[in-house]
Amino acid sequence: MKSLAELEAIKNKMKNQVGIRTEDDNQTIRIVVGMATCGIAAGARPVLNALVEEVGKRNLSHVTVAQTGCIGMCKFEPIIEVLVPNQEKVTYIKMTPEKALQVVSEHIVNGRVCKEYTIGAAQE
Amino acid sequence: MPMLEISLHILDIVNNSVRAGADLITLTLLEDKQQNKLSVEIADNGCGMDPDFLRSVTDPFRTTRTTRKVGMGLSLFKAAAETTGGNFSIESEKGKGTTVRAEFVYNHIDRQPLGDMAQTITTVLSGNATIDFVYRHTVDGRKFLLDTREIRQILGDVELSQPEVIVWLSDYITEGLAEIQQP
Repeated sequence: MKSLAELEAIKNKMKNQVGIRTEDDNQTIRIVVGMATCGIAAGARPVLNALVEEVGKRNLSHVTVAQTGCIGMCKFEPIIEVLVPNQEKVTYIKMTPEKALQVVSEHIVNGRVCKEYTIGAAQE
Repeated sequence: MPMLEISLHILDIVNNSVRAGADLITLTLLEDKQQNKLSVEIADNGCGMDPDFLRSVTDPFRTTRTTRKVGMGLSLFKAAAETTGGNFSIESEKGKGTTVRAEFVYNHIDRQPLGDMAQTITTVLSGNATIDFVYRHTVDGRKFLLDTREIRQILGDVELSQPEVIVWLSDYITEGLAEIQQP
């Protein structure tokens, strides 16, 4: 059973890391998940949770996972946008937790866009 | 695609509270098998609505959104409760906040499953670093309580929205809810 003492331990472990997480916009990669009614109904919640968990697990301190409202293309939800500084925004559509994990390992970590999941691929 | 879980409706309605600028959201869930009901109350201290907007707020063609003219969240939640023979109400006061209540008939065949409440709560917490959340869940008299103000006190300088903390909270809620589900 989880106890609040465990939380204390997490805090003590992380205390040392406070400040390491860079808030420098020139280096921070942002992943944005559409979480309006359309996104939620299409399955955005498990996608978001998979992303948060993976970013934590891999200790990607330069990556933030944020939420936004309706992106305006409801039929393509769940949608995530990846914003790497000095690069064009990449929009991934019809995400699942599995695809989202692939985006983290391929795009975020290795720098290779997962072309088959992008909105561009769907419109060709 | 339809909203298939009550916990997804809750996430959607809580997002309204977030948009309304609330910094304290109180979520109360009550499962009472003897009285055959499941009730959900979401109360916030956000900006509230004026009486005119409130009257038409469950109309799907009413929204504050500017990107398009349809807002489905509240109307879907209302429909989900009413198809079970339950009821739905919303109270709001400009400048004070809004309270949404939905009551479901527990054993009705069309009553959606509650779904993954831990995911709903952690989704809200990971996206909103400054909002406090009180989550009370009672199943036949057995209670679970999460108050992020207490969690923040333990965490001190460490942010609640950090992934490591969120993962811990998710497990904490899942285990706590499993415990109260068992007599």
